[in-house]
Amino acid sequence: MPTTFPAKALAGGIFLALAVAAPWLLTPYDLNLLGRFLALSLTAMGLVLLWGEGGILSLGQGVFFGIGGYAIAMHLKLADLGPDELPDFMVWTGVEKLPWWWELLHSPILAIIAVLVVAPLVAGLIGWAMFRRRIGGVYFALITQALALAFATLLISQQDMTGGFNGLTDYHTLFGFNLNLPSTAVGLYFATLILAVCSLFGLRWLIASRFGKLLRASRDGSNRMRFLGYDPAPYKIIAFTVGALLASVSGALFTLHAGVISPALVGVVPSIEMVIWAAIGGRHSVAGALAGALFVNFAKDKISTAFPELWLYFLGLMFIVAVTVLPKGIAGLFGADHPFRALRKGDMFARWRKDKALQRYSATETAPPQMEAGA
Amino acid sequence: MSAPMLELRNVVVDFDGFKAINDLSLTIESGSMTVVIGPNGAGKSTMCDSIIGRVRPTTGTVLFRGQEIQAKPEHDIVGLGICRKFQTPGVLVALSVIDNLTIAATKDRRWWTKFGRKGEAAARERAEDILEMVGLGPRRDELAGNLSHGEKQWLEIGMVVATDAELLLLDEPTAGMGAAESTQTAEIVKALVGKHAVLVIDHDIDFVAQLGGHVVVLHQGQLLREGTLAEIRADEEVAAIYLGRA
Repeated sequence: MPTTFPAKALAGGIFLALAVAAPWLLTPYDLNLLGRFLALSLTAMGLVLLWGEGGILSLGQGVFFGIGGYAIAMHLKLADLGPDELPDFMVWTGVEKLPWWWELLHSPILAIIAVLVVAPLVAGLIGWAMFRRRIGGVYFALITQALALAFATLLISQQDMTGGFNGLTDYHTLFGFNLNLPSTAVGLYFATLILAVCSLFGLRWLIASRFGKLLRASRDGSNRMRFLGYDPAPYKIIAFTVGALLASVSGALFTLHAGVISPALVGVVPSIEMVIWAAIGGRHSVAGALAGALFVNFAKDKISTAFPELWLYFLGLMFIVAVTVLPKGIAGLFGADHPFRALRKGDMFARWRKDKALQRYSATETAPPQMEAGA
Repeated sequence: MSAPMLELRNVVVDFDGFKAINDLSLTIESGSMTVVIGPNGAGKSTMCDSIIGRVRPTTGTVLFRGQEIQAKPEHDIVGLGICRKFQTPGVLVALSVIDNLTIAATKDRRWWTKFGRKGEAAARERAEDILEMVGLGPRRDELAGNLSHGEKQWLEIGMVVATDAELLLLDEPTAGMGAAESTQTAEIVKALVGKHAVLVIDHDIDFVAQLGGHVVVLHQGQLLREGTLAEIRADEEVAAIYLGRA
């Protein structure tokens, strides 16, 4: 809405200024957390395009997150090694020669290409196979969930290649920079911030473009679209591919901030959590999803520190509130039709008054028919 | 004489033994107006479905400009120049009225052109014209989902026209409309004849009279009669099936 735009732009500017100043405002520990969660927000923002605008619920974003995370982690493992050395877990499991697909990731350029290309390629193929056959809705959600389960199981079972349940951790240099130095941490934070801001504006542009309109058309009326001469499949495939790209970059950035990637971060439960970030933030708003990812993850950090066993109940509660009271998530609070608008107008009791009125009506004597009979 | 624009040849649509369309042959000339009537279950909508590719004929051929289309994907059939309005309005609810029409009016429907703006201005211009034609000018920027039922019907008629298809299939364009709205719809539809061939399905005999086209009566998946409305009205067999006497 044009009238609210300046207020929103102002708020956005303040948040951006705070984010830029964060390295001087926060402790290194909190800055690391913020960087991590900003990295995660890329996955949530991708879900706005995919789920909010495209109506495609993917419960397998963890797969793409994992592909990005593992690709960069493999490179980091190799970067720490001498010429003929093997990663520590390979030595323990008795592997004698580095597999060729590990070998490729020695090169930093190939590692970056892997992060940017492998996940979108996999998503493109899956999307092509499914959307061409008009598979969608619950079936798509279940198939992607199965993929997340299969991916995590595969990682655990191939311990000699993937580090198994423990995943890949303990690395120190990225493209020649020492990851343990505070300056590298700040650099990494800014890189993440820039990517998050670019994703935010990139997605907003995409959603406002004709592509975005047709994606929404494919969500609400794929039949109508088809009978206007458009094939809905490419729009869904592209949305799924872009979502996968963002999840992959998100996974790579997260791995750099957290210093670890493991099957526990990419399986069924994390994939569902990613959807919950978008749901709580607002699945129709890119900025909302970013806020949702930050909010939920900071809450997770604080609550699971204070009450370790209660976190899942809190998450469940937030999800229920989002679904019942705030279907547009946090972003819905700032929209034109937010749920407390009725309350402000004093219409909160309209439903209650209606029930009362109906009760009064049915309790009154049925006088009119008698009069008619008399006349 | 040149070949007709659309020709159905011995089309059969068999739903597990029930022949919704049973050996139907029909031709439509370009620029003509054909009104299809018939009792419930006569196969009117199924006939439209088989032309546009929503159901596939079990046997028989559908020829559009001499080309067999019965096995083509829906969006390819539309690309050749046939567009259909469905019985229940199928507008794109999350988009504005003008965006609905612009999407329909866009000539280049290939997905990779949708990241740029090429062709958008021309489509928008056509959409603005059609917006006025269907009387939705005041609702231009409203979300299609917020329109009333009648307005959605007009919007969908507008979208079908906006595609500039040579053959327009309008399945019950007055469903759920009152008399005044029906009359307005008839005015819109009549204005399309000549530029497009129009095939209308409707129950409402007043509306059919207003349209004044060539009337085709379907019964049990077969062509029972065709002619002017006066001829059809005088036909005893048509009266019999409508009144339930066999």
